[in-house]
Amino acid sequence: MPKPSLNAKALAWIKAATFLLALLPLAKLGVNAYLDDLGANPIEKITHVTGYWTLTMLTITLAATPLRRLSGWNWPIRLRRMLGLFAFGYGCLHLSTYLVLDQFFDWDAIVEDIVKRPYITVGFAAFVSMIPLAITSTDNMLRRLGGKNWLRLHRLAYLCAVGGVVHYWWLVKKDLSNPIAFASVLAVLLGARIAYRLGGAIIRRPATTRST
Amino acid sequence: MKTYRYPKIPAGEITPKPLFLARRKFMQTAGGAALAALLPPPLWAAGGFGELKKSEFGAGEELTPLKSVTGYNNFYEFGTGKDDPAARAGSLKTRPWSIAVEGAVKKPKTFDIDQILTMAPLEERIYRLRCVEAWSMVIPWIGFPLAELVKRAEPTGNAKYVEFVSLHDPQQMPGQKSPVLEWPYREGLRIDEAMHPLTLLTVGLYGDVLPPQNGAPVRIVVPWKYGFKSAKSIVAIRFLEQQPTTSWMLAGPQEYGFYANVNPEVDHPRWSQAKERRIGEFLKRKTLMFNGYAEQVAPLYAGMDLARYF
Repeated sequence: MPKPSLNAKALAWIKAATFLLALLPLAKLGVNAYLDDLGANPIEKITHVTGYWTLTMLTITLAATPLRRLSGWNWPIRLRRMLGLFAFGYGCLHLSTYLVLDQFFDWDAIVEDIVKRPYITVGFAAFVSMIPLAITSTDNMLRRLGGKNWLRLHRLAYLCAVGGVVHYWWLVKKDLSNPIAFASVLAVLLGARIAYRLGGAIIRRPATTRST
Repeated sequence: MKTYRYPKIPAGEITPKPLFLARRKFMQTAGGAALAALLPPPLWAAGGFGELKKSEFGAGEELTPLKSVTGYNNFYEFGTGKDDPAARAGSLKTRPWSIAVEGAVKKPKTFDIDQILTMAPLEERIYRLRCVEAWSMVIPWIGFPLAELVKRAEPTGNAKYVEFVSLHDPQQMPGQKSPVLEWPYREGLRIDEAMHPLTLLTVGLYGDVLPPQNGAPVRIVVPWKYGFKSAKSIVAIRFLEQQPTTSWMLAGPQEYGFYANVNPEVDHPRWSQAKERRIGEFLKRKTLMFNGYAEQVAPLYAGMDLARYF
Protein backbone atom coordinates (compact mmCIF):
# COMPACT_ATOMS: atom_id res chain seq x y z
CA MET A 1 0.00 0.00 0.00
CA PRO A 2 1.45 3.43 -0.86
CA LYS A 3 2.31 5.33 2.28
CA PRO A 4 0.95 8.85 2.69
CA SER A 5 3.01 11.18 0.48
CA LEU A 6 5.71 13.42 1.93
CA ASN A 7 4.81 16.93 2.84
CA ALA A 8 5.52 19.63 0.27
CA LYS A 9 8.54 20.96 2.12
CA ALA A 10 10.35 17.61 2.28
CA LEU A 11 9.60 17.00 -1.39
CA ALA A 12 11.03 20.40 -2.31
CA TRP A 13 14.24 19.51 -0.47
CA ILE A 14 14.57 16.16 -2.20
CA LYS A 15 13.95 17.84 -5.55
CA ALA A 16 16.59 20.49 -4.93
CA ALA A 17 19.14 17.91 -3.79
CA THR A 18 18.46 15.71 -6.83
CA PHE A 19 18.76 18.71 -9.12
CA LEU A 20 22.20 19.57 -7.73
CA LEU A 21 23.36 15.96 -7.78
CA ALA A 22 22.31 15.61 -11.40
CA LEU A 23 24.33 18.72 -12.27
CA LEU A 24 27.45 17.34 -10.59
CA PRO A 25 28.82 15.38 -13.58
CA LEU A 26 28.47 18.48 -15.75
CA ALA A 27 30.18 20.63 -13.13
CA LYS A 28 33.04 18.15 -12.87
CA LEU A 29 33.41 18.13 -16.64
CA GLY A 30 33.47 21.94 -16.64
CA VAL A 31 36.11 22.08 -13.92
CA ASN A 32 38.27 19.49 -15.68
CA ALA A 33 37.95 21.38 -18.96
CA TYR A 34 38.93 24.63 -17.23
CA LEU A 35 41.96 22.96 -15.62
CA ASP A 36 42.88 21.37 -18.97
CA ASP A 37 42.60 18.02 -17.27
CA LEU A 38 40.59 16.07 -19.82
CA GLY A 39 43.49 13.92 -20.99
CA ALA A 40 45.21 13.67 -24.35
CA ASN A 41 41.95 13.52 -26.32
CA PRO A 42 39.53 15.97 -24.66
CA ILE A 43 36.84 15.73 -27.35
CA GLU A 44 36.65 11.96 -26.96
CA LYS A 45 36.50 12.40 -23.18
CA ILE A 46 33.61 14.91 -23.36
CA THR A 47 31.77 12.65 -25.81
CA HIS A 48 32.14 9.64 -23.51
CA VAL A 49 31.22 11.48 -20.29
CA THR A 50 28.09 13.13 -21.73
CA GLY A 51 27.01 9.87 -23.37
CA TYR A 52 27.56 7.93 -20.16
CA TRP A 53 25.43 10.36 -18.15
CA THR A 54 22.64 10.45 -20.74
CA LEU A 55 22.29 6.72 -20.34
CA THR A 56 22.71 6.84 -16.57
CA MET A 57 20.01 9.51 -16.20
CA LEU A 58 17.66 7.55 -18.46
CA THR A 59 18.25 4.45 -16.34
CA ILE A 60 17.65 6.31 -13.07
CA THR A 61 14.46 7.81 -14.54
CA LEU A 62 13.22 4.34 -15.39
CA ALA A 63 14.01 3.19 -11.85
CA ALA A 64 11.39 5.53 -10.34
CA THR A 65 8.36 3.35 -11.00
CA PRO A 66 9.84 0.06 -9.73
CA LEU A 67 11.23 1.92 -6.71
CA ARG A 68 7.75 3.15 -5.82
CA ARG A 69 6.32 -0.34 -6.18
CA LEU A 70 9.06 -1.78 -4.03
CA SER A 71 9.15 0.86 -1.30
CA GLY A 72 5.65 2.24 -1.33
CA TRP A 73 7.13 5.76 -1.43
CA ASN A 74 5.49 8.14 -3.81
CA TRP A 75 8.21 10.75 -4.11
CA PRO A 76 10.37 8.93 -6.73
CA ILE A 77 7.54 9.54 -9.22
CA ARG A 78 7.63 13.24 -8.42
CA LEU A 79 11.29 13.35 -9.48
CA ARG A 80 10.79 11.38 -12.67
CA ARG A 81 10.12 14.26 -15.05
CA MET A 82 13.12 16.26 -13.85
CA LEU A 83 15.40 13.26 -14.17
CA GLY A 84 14.08 12.58 -17.65
CA LEU A 85 14.80 16.18 -18.62
CA PHE A 86 18.33 15.80 -17.29
CA ALA A 87 18.73 12.74 -19.51
CA PHE A 88 17.56 14.87 -22.43
CA GLY A 89 19.95 17.65 -21.39
CA TYR A 90 22.97 15.36 -21.26
CA GLY A 91 21.79 13.86 -24.56
CA CYS A 92 21.76 17.34 -26.12
CA LEU A 93 25.31 17.95 -24.87
CA HIS A 94 26.37 14.54 -26.20
CA LEU A 95 24.93 15.21 -29.65
CA SER A 96 26.31 18.77 -29.82
CA THR A 97 29.74 17.50 -28.80
CA TYR A 98 29.58 15.17 -31.78
CA LEU A 99 28.22 17.80 -34.19
CA VAL A 100 30.37 20.73 -33.11
CA LEU A 101 33.55 19.50 -31.43
CA ASP A 102 34.00 16.15 -33.13
CA GLN A 103 32.78 16.75 -36.68
CA PHE A 104 32.80 20.57 -36.64
CA PHE A 105 29.67 20.85 -38.81
CA ASP A 106 31.04 18.56 -41.52
CA TRP A 107 27.48 17.76 -42.63
CA ASP A 108 28.53 15.30 -45.33
CA ALA A 109 30.44 13.23 -42.80
CA ILE A 110 27.60 13.56 -40.26
CA VAL A 111 24.91 12.38 -42.69
CA GLU A 112 27.16 9.56 -43.85
CA ASP A 113 27.70 8.51 -40.24
CA ILE A 114 23.97 8.52 -39.45
CA VAL A 115 23.13 6.52 -42.57
CA LYS A 116 26.09 4.13 -42.71
CA ARG A 117 27.18 3.46 -39.13
CA PRO A 118 24.53 1.42 -37.29
CA TYR A 119 25.66 2.55 -33.84
CA ILE A 120 25.21 6.19 -34.84
CA THR A 121 21.89 5.46 -36.58
CA VAL A 122 20.53 3.89 -33.39
CA GLY A 123 21.98 6.55 -31.11
CA PHE A 124 20.57 9.33 -33.25
CA ALA A 125 17.13 7.67 -33.35
CA ALA A 126 17.20 7.31 -29.57
CA PHE A 127 17.98 11.00 -29.22
CA VAL A 128 15.26 12.05 -31.67
CA SER A 129 12.69 9.99 -29.79
CA MET A 130 13.55 11.91 -26.62
CA ILE A 131 12.49 15.20 -28.25
CA PRO A 132 8.70 14.67 -28.09
CA LEU A 133 9.07 13.57 -24.48
CA ALA A 134 10.94 16.73 -23.58
CA ILE A 135 8.45 18.93 -25.45
CA THR A 136 5.46 17.35 -23.71
CA SER A 137 7.04 17.41 -20.28
CA THR A 138 5.17 20.50 -19.08
CA ASP A 139 2.00 20.42 -16.97
CA ASN A 140 0.25 22.31 -19.71
CA MET A 141 1.09 19.69 -22.33
CA LEU A 142 0.08 16.91 -19.97
CA ARG A 143 -3.33 18.54 -19.60
CA ARG A 144 -3.70 19.12 -23.33
CA LEU A 145 -2.81 15.53 -24.19
CA GLY A 146 -4.77 13.98 -21.36
CA GLY A 147 -3.19 11.68 -18.79
CA LYS A 148 -3.79 8.49 -20.72
CA ASN A 149 -2.32 9.70 -24.02
CA TRP A 150 0.54 11.36 -22.21
CA LEU A 151 1.47 8.14 -20.43
CA ARG A 152 1.21 6.19 -23.65
CA LEU A 153 3.52 8.64 -25.46
CA HIS A 154 6.00 8.60 -22.62
CA ARG A 155 6.46 4.85 -22.92
CA LEU A 156 8.83 5.92 -25.70
CA ALA A 157 11.32 6.31 -22.87
CA TYR A 158 11.73 2.52 -22.84
CA LEU A 159 12.72 2.62 -26.49
CA CYS A 160 15.15 5.50 -25.89
CA ALA A 161 16.92 3.55 -23.17
CA VAL A 162 17.12 0.38 -25.24
CA GLY A 163 18.42 2.43 -28.18
CA GLY A 164 21.00 4.06 -25.95
CA VAL A 165 22.30 0.71 -24.70
CA VAL A 166 22.45 -0.71 -28.23
CA HIS A 167 24.31 2.42 -29.35
CA TYR A 168 26.88 1.89 -26.58
CA TRP A 169 27.12 -1.85 -27.21
CA TRP A 170 27.79 -1.43 -30.93
CA LEU A 171 30.39 1.31 -30.63
CA VAL A 172 32.65 -0.45 -28.15
CA LYS A 173 35.70 -2.02 -29.76
CA LYS A 174 36.11 -5.04 -27.54
CA ASP A 175 35.50 -4.55 -23.83
CA LEU A 176 31.73 -4.90 -23.41
CA SER A 177 31.64 -4.81 -19.61
CA ASN A 178 30.05 -1.34 -19.37
CA PRO A 179 27.35 -1.89 -22.01
CA ILE A 180 26.57 -5.25 -20.38
CA ALA A 181 26.16 -3.54 -17.01
CA PHE A 182 23.72 -0.99 -18.47
CA ALA A 183 21.85 -3.72 -20.36
CA SER A 184 21.48 -5.80 -17.19
CA VAL A 185 20.12 -2.93 -15.11
CA LEU A 186 17.74 -1.97 -17.91
CA ALA A 187 16.59 -5.58 -18.26
CA VAL A 188 15.75 -5.66 -14.54
CA LEU A 189 13.89 -2.34 -14.71
CA LEU A 190 11.85 -3.27 -17.77
CA GLY A 191 11.43 -6.85 -16.53
CA ALA A 192 9.99 -5.52 -13.27
CA ARG A 193 7.30 -3.68 -15.22
CA ILE A 194 6.33 -6.83 -17.07
CA ALA A 195 6.34 -8.80 -13.82
CA TYR A 196 4.15 -6.22 -12.09
CA ARG A 197 1.77 -6.18 -14.99
CA LEU A 198 1.43 -9.97 -15.09
CA GLY A 199 1.57 -10.38 -11.31
CA GLY A 200 -0.73 -7.43 -10.79
CA ALA A 201 -3.30 -8.95 -13.11
CA ILE A 202 -3.26 -12.23 -11.22
CA ILE A 203 -3.48 -10.60 -7.81
CA ARG A 204 -6.04 -8.00 -8.79
CA ARG A 205 -8.53 -10.39 -10.31
CA PRO A 206 -9.53 -12.33 -7.17
CA ALA A 207 -9.57 -9.06 -5.23
CA THR A 208 -12.11 -7.53 -7.60
CA THR A 209 -14.32 -10.64 -7.61
CA ARG A 210 -14.34 -10.57 -3.83
CA SER A 211 -15.45 -6.96 -3.68
CA THR A 212 -18.43 -7.48 -6.01
CA MET B 1 79.64 49.77 17.09
CA LYS B 2 81.13 49.09 13.74
CA THR B 3 78.69 47.64 11.24
CA TYR B 4 79.68 44.36 9.68
CA ARG B 5 80.76 44.56 6.03
CA TYR B 6 80.61 41.40 4.08
CA PRO B 7 83.64 40.67 1.90
CA LYS B 8 83.01 41.97 -1.61
CA ILE B 9 84.02 39.68 -4.47
CA PRO B 10 85.70 41.47 -7.38
CA ALA B 11 83.57 41.35 -10.50
CA GLY B 12 86.37 39.68 -12.43
CA GLU B 13 86.26 36.66 -10.16
CA ILE B 14 82.58 35.91 -10.76
CA THR B 15 81.96 33.30 -13.44
CA PRO B 16 79.17 34.41 -15.77
CA LYS B 17 76.10 32.20 -15.49
CA PRO B 18 76.12 30.83 -19.06
CA LEU B 19 79.74 29.84 -18.58
CA PHE B 20 79.26 27.98 -15.33
CA LEU B 21 76.18 26.26 -16.73
CA ALA B 22 78.23 25.21 -19.74
CA ARG B 23 80.99 23.89 -17.45
CA ARG B 24 78.47 22.00 -15.41
CA LYS B 25 76.97 20.50 -18.54
CA PHE B 26 80.43 19.54 -19.75
CA MET B 27 81.27 17.86 -16.46
CA GLN B 28 77.96 16.00 -16.50
CA THR B 29 78.44 14.87 -20.08
CA ALA B 30 82.07 13.97 -19.58
CA GLY B 31 81.30 12.30 -16.28
CA GLY B 32 78.41 10.48 -17.87
CA ALA B 33 80.56 9.36 -20.77
CA ALA B 34 83.32 8.18 -18.42
CA LEU B 35 80.76 6.31 -16.38
CA ALA B 36 79.20 4.81 -19.48
CA ALA B 37 82.60 3.50 -20.53
CA LEU B 38 83.08 1.84 -17.16
CA LEU B 39 79.61 0.38 -16.67
CA PRO B 40 78.04 -2.48 -18.59
CA PRO B 41 75.48 -1.38 -21.21
CA PRO B 42 72.23 -2.20 -19.35
CA LEU B 43 72.89 0.45 -16.74
CA TRP B 44 73.52 3.27 -19.12
CA ALA B 45 70.69 2.11 -21.33
CA ALA B 46 68.32 2.56 -18.45
CA GLY B 47 69.22 6.22 -18.22
CA GLY B 48 68.75 7.33 -21.82
CA PHE B 49 70.62 6.90 -25.05
CA GLY B 50 72.56 10.13 -25.44
CA GLU B 51 73.44 11.12 -29.00
CA LEU B 52 71.61 9.25 -31.70
CA LYS B 53 71.56 9.18 -35.45
CA LYS B 54 68.83 11.65 -36.40
CA SER B 55 65.88 10.71 -38.50
CA GLU B 56 65.34 11.72 -42.08
CA PHE B 57 61.63 11.09 -41.46
CA GLY B 58 59.17 13.45 -39.90
CA ALA B 59 60.96 16.73 -40.51
CA GLY B 60 58.40 19.50 -40.18
CA GLU B 61 55.96 17.41 -38.21
CA GLU B 62 55.19 18.68 -34.76
CA LEU B 63 55.89 16.04 -32.11
CA THR B 64 53.03 14.88 -29.89
CA PRO B 65 53.84 15.89 -26.30
CA LEU B 66 55.54 13.17 -24.24
CA LYS B 67 52.69 13.36 -21.72
CA SER B 68 50.17 12.28 -24.37
CA VAL B 69 52.50 9.65 -25.86
CA THR B 70 52.92 8.00 -22.46
CA GLY B 71 49.47 8.76 -21.01
CA TYR B 72 47.06 7.82 -23.80
CA ASN B 73 47.65 4.24 -24.85
CA ASN B 74 45.91 1.17 -26.15
CA PHE B 75 47.68 -1.70 -24.40
CA TYR B 76 44.92 -4.12 -23.37
CA GLU B 77 47.38 -6.19 -21.32
CA PHE B 78 46.97 -3.43 -18.73
CA GLY B 79 43.27 -2.68 -19.23
CA THR B 80 41.02 -1.38 -21.96
CA GLY B 81 40.93 2.27 -20.83
CA LYS B 82 43.30 4.71 -22.48
CA ASP B 83 44.80 5.73 -19.13
CA ASP B 84 44.99 2.18 -17.73
CA PRO B 85 48.46 1.41 -19.17
CA ALA B 86 50.07 4.51 -17.62
CA ALA B 87 48.42 3.71 -14.29
CA ARG B 88 49.02 -0.03 -14.21
CA ALA B 89 52.09 -0.89 -16.32
CA GLY B 90 54.51 -0.16 -13.47
CA SER B 91 54.28 -3.85 -12.54
CA LEU B 92 56.03 -4.87 -15.76
CA LYS B 93 59.54 -6.22 -15.12
CA THR B 94 61.68 -5.47 -18.15
CA ARG B 95 64.86 -7.13 -16.81
CA PRO B 96 65.80 -9.89 -17.30
CA TRP B 97 64.15 -10.12 -20.72
CA SER B 98 64.83 -12.30 -23.70
CA ILE B 99 63.44 -12.74 -27.18
CA ALA B 100 63.32 -16.14 -28.82
CA VAL B 101 63.92 -15.97 -32.56
CA GLU B 102 62.68 -19.28 -33.93
CA GLY B 103 60.83 -21.18 -36.64
CA ALA B 104 61.91 -21.34 -40.26
CA VAL B 105 65.40 -19.94 -39.67
CA LYS B 106 68.88 -21.37 -40.02
CA LYS B 107 70.07 -19.79 -36.80
CA PRO B 108 67.40 -19.91 -34.12
CA LYS B 109 68.60 -18.04 -31.08
CA THR B 110 67.35 -16.50 -27.89
CA PHE B 111 68.64 -12.97 -27.53
CA ASP B 112 69.00 -11.19 -24.25
CA ILE B 113 67.59 -7.66 -24.27
CA ASP B 114 71.12 -6.29 -23.81
CA GLN B 115 72.25 -8.11 -26.94
CA ILE B 116 69.34 -6.50 -28.78
CA LEU B 117 70.29 -3.05 -27.52
CA THR B 118 73.81 -3.36 -28.90
CA MET B 119 72.99 -5.31 -32.06
CA ALA B 120 72.97 -2.33 -34.42
CA PRO B 121 73.44 1.44 -34.19
CA LEU B 122 70.41 3.03 -32.58
CA GLU B 123 68.73 5.87 -34.41
CA GLU B 124 65.87 8.23 -33.86
CA ARG B 125 62.94 7.89 -36.25
CA ILE B 126 60.08 10.36 -36.12
CA TYR B 127 57.01 8.48 -37.31
CA ARG B 128 53.32 9.19 -37.54
CA LEU B 129 51.25 6.69 -35.55
CA ARG B 130 47.70 6.19 -36.82
CA CYS B 131 45.32 4.26 -34.56
CA VAL B 132 42.45 2.31 -36.10
CA GLU B 133 40.19 4.44 -33.86
CA ALA B 134 40.94 7.47 -36.08
CA TRP B 135 43.37 9.37 -33.88
CA SER B 136 47.06 9.89 -34.53
CA MET B 137 50.33 11.04 -32.99
CA VAL B 138 53.87 11.89 -34.07
CA ILE B 139 56.47 10.05 -32.00
CA PRO B 140 60.27 10.12 -31.98
CA TRP B 141 61.08 6.44 -31.61
CA ILE B 142 64.51 4.94 -31.01
CA GLY B 143 65.58 1.66 -32.52
CA PHE B 144 67.01 0.05 -35.61
CA PRO B 145 65.50 -1.67 -38.63
CA LEU B 146 64.00 -5.05 -37.76
CA ALA B 147 65.80 -6.33 -40.88
CA GLU B 148 69.05 -6.28 -38.89
CA LEU B 149 67.72 -8.96 -36.57
CA VAL B 150 66.00 -10.91 -39.34
CA LYS B 151 69.28 -11.12 -41.28
CA ARG B 152 71.08 -12.52 -38.25
CA ALA B 153 68.49 -15.30 -37.92
CA GLU B 154 68.92 -16.27 -41.60
CA PRO B 155 65.36 -17.23 -42.55
CA THR B 156 65.02 -20.28 -44.77
CA GLY B 157 63.42 -20.06 -48.21
CA ASN B 158 60.19 -21.32 -46.64
CA ALA B 159 59.82 -18.40 -44.27
CA LYS B 160 57.01 -16.25 -45.71
CA TYR B 161 55.64 -14.63 -42.56
CA VAL B 162 56.88 -13.32 -39.24
CA GLU B 163 54.84 -13.63 -36.06
CA PHE B 164 55.40 -11.46 -32.99
CA VAL B 165 54.39 -12.81 -29.61
CA SER B 166 53.99 -10.47 -26.65
CA LEU B 167 54.56 -11.38 -23.01
CA HIS B 168 51.82 -13.44 -21.35
CA ASP B 169 51.96 -13.06 -17.59
CA PRO B 170 48.73 -12.03 -15.84
CA GLN B 171 50.73 -11.35 -12.66
CA GLN B 172 52.57 -8.53 -14.38
CA MET B 173 49.87 -7.71 -16.89
CA PRO B 174 46.61 -7.51 -14.94
CA GLY B 175 44.51 -6.89 -18.07
CA GLN B 176 45.25 -10.47 -19.13
CA LYS B 177 43.04 -11.74 -16.30
CA SER B 178 40.15 -10.75 -18.54
CA PRO B 179 39.64 -12.70 -21.78
CA VAL B 180 39.07 -9.52 -23.78
CA LEU B 181 41.60 -10.74 -26.38
CA GLU B 182 43.29 -14.09 -26.92
CA TRP B 183 46.50 -14.03 -24.93
CA PRO B 184 49.32 -13.87 -25.60
CA TYR B 185 48.88 -10.95 -27.98
CA ARG B 186 50.00 -12.06 -31.41
CA GLU B 187 50.69 -9.96 -34.46
CA GLY B 188 52.31 -10.68 -37.78
CA LEU B 189 53.83 -9.32 -40.96
CA ARG B 190 54.67 -10.69 -44.35
CA ILE B 191 58.43 -11.23 -44.45
CA ASP B 192 59.00 -8.47 -47.02
CA GLU B 193 57.08 -6.08 -44.74
CA ALA B 194 59.24 -7.17 -41.82
CA MET B 195 62.39 -6.59 -43.88
CA HIS B 196 61.28 -3.14 -45.07
CA PRO B 197 63.68 -0.42 -43.88
CA LEU B 198 60.80 1.51 -42.27
CA THR B 199 59.92 -1.37 -39.92
CA LEU B 200 61.63 -0.47 -36.69
CA LEU B 201 62.65 -2.73 -33.83
CA THR B 202 62.04 -0.16 -31.14
CA VAL B 203 63.62 0.18 -27.70
CA GLY B 204 62.99 3.82 -26.84
CA LEU B 205 61.15 7.06 -27.44
CA TYR B 206 61.89 10.73 -26.81
CA GLY B 207 65.57 9.97 -26.17
CA ASP B 208 64.92 7.48 -23.39
CA VAL B 209 64.12 3.80 -22.91
CA LEU B 210 60.55 2.74 -23.70
CA PRO B 211 58.18 3.35 -20.80
CA PRO B 212 56.32 0.15 -19.81
CA GLN B 213 53.01 1.53 -21.14
CA ASN B 214 54.54 1.96 -24.59
CA GLY B 215 55.67 -1.66 -24.89
CA ALA B 216 58.93 -1.91 -22.94
CA PRO B 217 61.52 -3.19 -23.28
CA VAL B 218 61.20 -3.95 -26.98
CA ARG B 219 58.45 -3.60 -29.57
CA ILE B 220 58.10 -3.11 -33.27
CA VAL B 221 56.79 -0.02 -35.02
CA VAL B 222 55.27 -0.35 -38.48
CA PRO B 223 54.34 3.23 -39.33
CA TRP B 224 52.18 2.61 -42.42
CA LYS B 225 49.84 0.24 -40.58
CA TYR B 226 47.25 0.86 -37.85
CA GLY B 227 48.81 0.98 -34.40
CA PHE B 228 47.63 -2.44 -33.24
CA LYS B 229 49.98 -4.09 -35.80
CA SER B 230 52.97 -2.76 -33.86
CA ALA B 231 53.29 -5.47 -31.21
CA LYS B 232 54.58 -4.46 -27.79
CA SER B 233 56.70 -6.18 -25.11
CA ILE B 234 57.79 -8.90 -27.52
CA VAL B 235 59.15 -12.22 -26.21
CA ALA B 236 59.22 -14.26 -29.42
CA ILE B 237 59.67 -13.67 -33.13
CA ARG B 238 58.65 -16.68 -35.21
CA PHE B 239 59.26 -17.28 -38.88
CA LEU B 240 56.38 -19.15 -40.50
CA GLU B 241 55.40 -20.64 -43.82
CA GLN B 242 51.70 -19.81 -43.41
CA GLN B 243 50.04 -16.53 -42.59
CA PRO B 244 49.50 -16.42 -38.82
CA THR B 245 46.14 -15.52 -37.29
CA THR B 246 46.55 -12.47 -35.08
CA SER B 247 44.75 -11.73 -31.81
CA TRP B 248 42.69 -8.96 -33.43
CA MET B 249 41.77 -11.16 -36.39
CA LEU B 250 40.39 -13.67 -33.89
CA ALA B 251 38.55 -10.91 -32.03
CA GLY B 252 36.79 -9.52 -35.10
CA PRO B 253 37.58 -11.10 -38.47
CA GLN B 254 35.29 -8.66 -40.31
CA GLU B 255 36.86 -5.64 -38.67
CA TYR B 256 40.57 -6.42 -38.40
CA GLY B 257 42.41 -7.99 -41.29
CA PHE B 258 45.95 -9.29 -41.47
CA TYR B 259 47.32 -6.32 -43.41
CA ALA B 260 45.69 -3.40 -41.56
CA ASN B 261 47.38 -0.85 -43.80
CA VAL B 262 46.29 2.71 -43.10
CA ASN B 263 43.84 3.39 -45.92
CA PRO B 264 41.38 6.31 -46.06
CA GLU B 265 39.46 4.54 -48.84
CA VAL B 266 38.60 1.42 -46.85
CA ASP B 267 36.39 2.18 -43.87
CA HIS B 268 36.34 0.18 -40.69
CA PRO B 269 32.85 -1.43 -40.71
CA ARG B 270 31.78 0.79 -37.83
CA TRP B 271 33.57 4.06 -38.53
CA SER B 272 35.13 6.06 -41.32
CA GLN B 273 38.88 6.04 -41.85
CA ALA B 274 38.88 9.06 -44.17
CA LYS B 275 39.94 11.47 -41.44
CA GLU B 276 41.80 11.40 -38.17
CA ARG B 277 42.29 13.62 -35.16
CA ARG B 278 45.92 14.38 -34.44
CA ILE B 279 46.20 14.35 -30.65
CA GLY B 280 46.41 17.98 -29.53
CA GLU B 281 44.58 19.36 -32.56
CA PHE B 282 40.96 20.44 -32.84
CA LEU B 283 40.06 19.96 -36.49
CA LYS B 284 40.39 16.54 -38.03
CA ARG B 285 42.88 16.11 -40.81
CA LYS B 286 42.66 13.90 -43.88
CA THR B 287 44.18 10.46 -43.45
CA LEU B 288 46.92 9.76 -45.96
CA MET B 289 47.28 6.52 -47.92
CA PHE B 290 49.67 4.20 -46.05
CA ASN B 291 49.76 6.92 -43.38
CA GLY B 292 51.82 9.11 -45.71
CA TYR B 293 54.44 6.43 -46.45
CA ALA B 294 53.00 5.40 -49.83
CA GLU B 295 56.17 6.38 -51.66
CA GLN B 296 58.15 3.91 -49.59
CA VAL B 297 55.71 1.01 -49.19
CA ALA B 298 53.11 1.07 -51.98
CA PRO B 299 55.25 -1.26 -54.17
CA LEU B 300 54.85 -3.98 -51.50
CA TYR B 301 51.16 -4.20 -52.40
CA ALA B 302 51.29 -3.71 -56.17
CA GLY B 303 48.36 -5.46 -57.83
CA MET B 304 46.62 -6.34 -54.56
CA ASP B 305 42.96 -5.53 -53.92
CA LEU B 306 43.39 -3.54 -50.72
CA ALA B 307 39.65 -3.57 -49.96
CA ARG B 308 39.83 -7.36 -49.85
CA TYR B 309 43.19 -7.61 -48.12
CA PHE B 310 42.35 -4.96 -45.51
